[in-house]
Amino acid sequence: MNKVGIVSYGANIPRYRIKSADIAIAWRKDPDSIASGLNIMEKSVPSLDQDVATISVESARAALARCNIDPQEIGAIYVGSESHPYAVKPTGTIVAEAIGATPNLMVADYEFACKAGTAAIQTCMGLVLSKMIKYGLAIGADTSQAAPGDALEYAASAGGAGFIIGKKNFIASINDTCSFTTDTPDFWRREGRKYPSHGGRFTGEPAYFKHITNCAKNLMNRLKTKPDDYDYAIFHQPNGKFPIAVAKMLGFSYEQIKQGLLCPIIGNTYSGASMLGLASVLDVAKPGDRIFVTSYGSGAGSDSFDITVTDQIKEMHREKAPSVAKMIENKEYIDYATYAKFRDLLYWE
Amino acid sequence: MKVREVAVIGFGVTKFGELWDKSFRQLIAEAGAKAIFDAGISGKEIDALYVGSMSAGRFIGQEHVGALVADCAGFSQMHIPAVRVESACASGGLAIRQGFMSVASGMSDIVVVGGVEKMTDVVGNEATNTLATASDQEWEAFFGATFPGLYAMIATRHMHEYGTTREQLAQVAVKNHANGALNPNAHFQREISVENVLNATMVSYPLSILDCSPVSDGAAAVILCAADKAKKYTDKPVKIIGSGQASDTLALHGRKEICTLEATVHAAKMAYKQANIQPKDIDLAEVHDCFTIAEILAIEDLGFVKKGEGGKAIDKKITTLNGEIPINTSGGLKAKGHPVGATGVAQVAEIVAQLQGEAGKRQVKDAKIGLTHNIGGSGASCLIHILEAM
Amino acid sequence: MVDSAVPRFWREIPQRYNLLGNQCGVCNKIYFPPMESCPICRRKSMNKMKDFKLSGKGEVVTYTITHVAPEHFEGQAPYPIAIIQLDEGPRITAQIVDCDINDVKIGMKVQSTFRKIQEDGWLGAIYYGYKFKPVK
Repeated sequence: MNKVGIVSYGANIPRYRIKSADIAIAWRKDPDSIASGLNIMEKSVPSLDQDVATISVESARAALARCNIDPQEIGAIYVGSESHPYAVKPTGTIVAEAIGATPNLMVADYEFACKAGTAAIQTCMGLVLSKMIKYGLAIGADTSQAAPGDALEYAASAGGAGFIIGKKNFIASINDTCSFTTDTPDFWRREGRKYPSHGGRFTGEPAYFKHITNCAKNLMNRLKTKPDDYDYAIFHQPNGKFPIAVAKMLGFSYEQIKQGLLCPIIGNTYSGASMLGLASVLDVAKPGDRIFVTSYGSGAGSDSFDITVTDQIKEMHREKAPSVAKMIENKEYIDYATYAKFRDLLYWE
Repeated sequence: MKVREVAVIGFGVTKFGELWDKSFRQLIAEAGAKAIFDAGISGKEIDALYVGSMSAGRFIGQEHVGALVADCAGFSQMHIPAVRVESACASGGLAIRQGFMSVASGMSDIVVVGGVEKMTDVVGNEATNTLATASDQEWEAFFGATFPGLYAMIATRHMHEYGTTREQLAQVAVKNHANGALNPNAHFQREISVENVLNATMVSYPLSILDCSPVSDGAAAVILCAADKAKKYTDKPVKIIGSGQASDTLALHGRKEICTLEATVHAAKMAYKQANIQPKDIDLAEVHDCFTIAEILAIEDLGFVKKGEGGKAIDKKITTLNGEIPINTSGGLKAKGHPVGATGVAQVAEIVAQLQGEAGKRQVKDAKIGLTHNIGGSGASCLIHILEAM
Repeated sequence: MVDSAVPRFWREIPQRYNLLGNQCGVCNKIYFPPMESCPICRRKSMNKMKDFKLSGKGEVVTYTITHVAPEHFEGQAPYPIAIIQLDEGPRITAQIVDCDINDVKIGMKVQSTFRKIQEDGWLGAIYYGYKFKPVK
């Protein structure tokens, strides 16, 4: 593939946290077995004034703060989420206005369950490589909803990250990408309904594992690489167990996925999940590091990326925006009553 | 500029409170009738009508208030000019000034000036939203600043700059309730204590619900007449010797100083100059205590005490009924009530009563010169009148 | 049906999203929100006002903790509202977020952040804008 890469990146994670134990206690379940069963200790919760628009804007602004590009040169913005504030009226235009990129650009919102953000990256790559645009901004963000008492309640959290894609001066080159897509209804939410439904155990092997393993193998076969060739790997993280299992299946070690594994401490940020994992790795990556990313979105599909960090990362002012680790540490706990109040006020009909 | 002198020859005030049985129309008709009888004039002698009403449109869905008031006062067949003015919470004071200017200029010989607000026909939330239209809707209210919140911010700053305490703020409410208990028309006629205020539900720190004036219904009216004709109607006319008005930025954040309402300072200067007196010549005043902190600011900005010393003045009890300069003998907005458009006119009615020796249990001895101070919003407008017994 | 006037709030997006004020071309004083003319220079400044984007950095001049919330802010109370002196000169009224309400102090240094301000019920538009969070 011709040269294209990540010019800058930024992330945003809301401050509030709720512990899985506190959710379990509210539902009279055993706190320890829930937390260890899912490998999720706590998750991020958006405050009443945060949503996918605010998370996307903060991520985009963080990305711009770390580089020198003129926002007017951003030719496209795609925001992927399953919790856009409006069903009709794009989040992308709010981001465009808030970073001063309007009016000469393309914008659309994406949806593909948890992989809408990585789909946006692929689109930006195409637009950049075809020279239709100079820079593209791909954002994946969510303030995921989960029905009270449902298993998803422990994982559905809030957060997001944005990546500016360009042809020159990138801090990480995206060497190749591929996708694996089938029509597999493992998890969905009907139009007009508040909370998603899922197929229970069906979401495992025929869904998450099948798509990630196939996509990952396809990319590695094409590039003739092995897991050992990579310094870091990021897999979609709906809970703290699946990514560890799929890494093992593919031959990646826990050491390789550790830096990008955020679900145990912030939950599943859905469209933000693989994106935040990648942002977390870029926060510490050094020139020459090779990164393997495979996202997963229910419905179903996976996007894989082979990325190499360049020398340019040394010039980047990473400190101009908070790192993922810093945002994870900046937290305030809330109890289940407050969490329920927030959810009711956010989603009350 | 050559102007005639203007006198108040009669006044009328309704009870203030939650008056479920009385409509907007009934209230203003009642106040107007009382004033006309008090002045002993015939309706035919009225040249014009001025009425202050902040937001009849939002409270009772009714505009065209000038015509409405003339109509329900029974003046429809006289076809007199009827003017409704608005300056948020200073609408009443503004109506007084407009009536004053009409007589002073020679355009009218006798005018009736009324103020009225019917705030309880809407649910509490809607009343609060409507009061908030006195603040900057785009740059204050939109972002979550409430009207009590704006005054609370003045209080926080005053406490920071001058060491004013919550106890001193509370004493303003305590004093005004003590006065209100002596006023048969007051919304609240019971005394409260400093503890009551400090422990009451917090509205916007540091102001509790007892630091805030209530939502009330009510109306007031006065009859203005050319001073040289006043004695024909009453043997106790009261002259308006000074009138002042000023404006300032709508938003509190636009002011030069958070703790000084320059609109008060400038309106006062205008009024004192016209009356040719100093602040120390004032015997008593009705000031705009929409919130307790507002009274503290008022006595400073009117020049009764130095800037920052308002809290100390309360401690020293200078402003009680028996103090050096009694403030809000009526009970103020806090205890008398605050039917927004009526307040400015009711303040004038109270001073007139005092100067005529007709303030009953609230009477201040030897009251010769009184001042009324009416503020709009967080200080964006101010109307001041100075009155003297003739 | 929706209550609020969407155009009224849409018009102010450059101010609420990006703190776009203006500067007097005569005396250089900076205003937020932008003024049609400078109150100091008045007529001389007409047509000479230039766009100016504020940095969002400032400090708290005064504040209150609002316990009784107005319409559209239910559920957020108690919340701090402050008047903030922006570094470039103008003062602004906004909520303080991301801090314990007991930690809000006069003199606290703050930075603007992008948040949802209010929405016009469940059917109406959502309005975004500035709030301020403490900086270390």
